[in-house]
Amino acid sequence: MLPLPFEYTRLPTIDEALAAVGEDGEGMFYSGGTELLLAMKMRVIHTERLVDIKGIAGLDGIMLNDADEIEIGARCTHNRIAGDALIQEHVPALSALCADVANIRVRSVGTIGGNLCFGEPHADPPTMLAVLDARLVLQGLGGIRSVPADEFIQGELETVRAPNELLTTIVFPRPSGSVTYRRFKHGERPSVNVAMAWSLAERNTIIASARIRVGALSFRPQALTAVEDALRGRSIVEARCAVAEALPAALDALDVNADRHGGADYKRHLAGVLLQRNLDDALGGGRS
Amino acid sequence: MTHHLPISFSLNGEAIAIEVPTHTLLVDLIRDRIGLKGTKRSCDMEVCGACTVLLDGAPISSCTTLAVDVDRREVTTIEGVTPADGLSRIQEAFVRHGGLQCGFCTPGFIMAVTALLKAKPHPTDDEIRHYLHGNLCRCTGYIKIFEAVKSLA
Ligand SMILES: Cc1cc2nc3c(=O)[nH]c(=O)nc-3n(C[C@H](O)[C@H](O)[C@H](O)COP(=O)(O)OP(=O)(O)OC[C@H]3O[C@@H](n4cnc5c(N)ncnc54)[C@H](O)[C@@H]3O)c2cc1C
Ligand code: FES
Ligand code: FES
Repeated sequence: MLPLPFEYTRLPTIDEALAAVGEDGEGMFYSGGTELLLAMKMRVIHTERLVDIKGIAGLDGIMLNDADEIEIGARCTHNRIAGDALIQEHVPALSALCADVANIRVRSVGTIGGNLCFGEPHADPPTMLAVLDARLVLQGLGGIRSVPADEFIQGELETVRAPNELLTTIVFPRPSGSVTYRRFKHGERPSVNVAMAWSLAERNTIIASARIRVGALSFRPQALTAVEDALRGRSIVEARCAVAEALPAALDALDVNADRHGGADYKRHLAGVLLQRNLDDALGGGRS
Repeated sequence: MTHHLPISFSLNGEAIAIEVPTHTLLVDLIRDRIGLKGTKRSCDMEVCGACTVLLDGAPISSCTTLAVDVDRREVTTIEGVTPADGLSRIQEAFVRHGGLQCGFCTPGFIMAVTALLKAKPHPTDDEIRHYLHGNLCRCTGYIKIFEAVKSLA
């Protein structure tokens, strides 16, 4: 099906693109188009003006900044991130995640920024970026603000981004410990996914802190706070016990939508299994 | 205003200059305006790969790409990788191994395999499966397609 007609413009700078989208958002940013064009073809989204951001220089870099943080430009495609040497070195789990998003064609043009801004609940990067404690940098006509990844998605297909704010960069501290990620899917998109990051102390014997996020179960990734608390301060040899004790109640507390990916109990169960596998990965030779 | 745009691009090595309505999809430009019917449309939602073409060498879904996106870039379709007389070595491998039946998915597969072998001339079994996972075939059961690609790896 064809999208309804629209005005198309490709602009070379962020300021021009922001102005073209307009104060009241009559235009929309157009990046890889892998979500937006689908929605426009199905006529569930229409815009008068498509503002192509592919011509803006400087939005597709990946670097380690002076504060020892990793910065990923919002225009980086999944393929670009999967193949990037810096990401492979410091966050191999993110590189592997991007290498498994969708299919080769979507990865060629679909971007991490488009994935985040679309706010699709069945997505991989939001879970990982929340566990990495990333912040998302938004640029609008009034200036620049940063939003923690945990707070970015506000509802199904809804984010805190104003229509005329451009997501420019994703920034997170270079991980100091193991980062792991597991997903389960039987169709194109993940049914459930779990990411875990921890940092170790006392010559790598004690878990100083742990972050765990479960994604795709409701509109945004959720923290398994009870399991995080149970792991903090424990010796790594006790990690399995700590998780086993805290997990059942933590899974019960999750908000879970039953949908075509499965019923709520089934998906809770999957989340538990995926967390255990993250733990296996972290204990068995994940980065430490 | 800009509901129509002139674009110029290279299609299978030939320079094309054409004006398109901005909401034109690449698959329609290729099939209906230019008349190259080798590229197929099936799912129309980036899942099946029947519409695969190469944009600057990378596989994309032409069903969900705007024609204006290829301005000043290089597009390769199945016609562009088929020799004037006979078949390419990838096409021959598909024939030899029975990697096609109805043939509707085949142009998309050939384009994806072209890109795969360019990026990785000697892919492992896992790399072949991973790369082609987004091309769907309703006939062959995939084993023969896999064997065809493996014979080239
Ligand atoms: C068949 C298929 C399978 C998929 N499988 C998976 C999967 O397994 N896991 C997964 O996580 N995802 C999956 N996806 C989603 C995929 O990751 C996204 O389609 C892609 O990353 C979107 O990026 P894009 O550049 O194409 O965004 P676009 O379609 O261009 O844009 C999407 C939305 O974001 C806005 N936007 C884009 N960039 C910016 C920006 N920088 N600032 C502000 N707004 C912006 C646009 O206005 C639009 O509303 C799948 C998609 C398809 C089609
Ligand atoms: S028709 Fe384009 S991917 Fe199926
Ligand atoms: S040969 Fe018929 S769909 Fe593949």
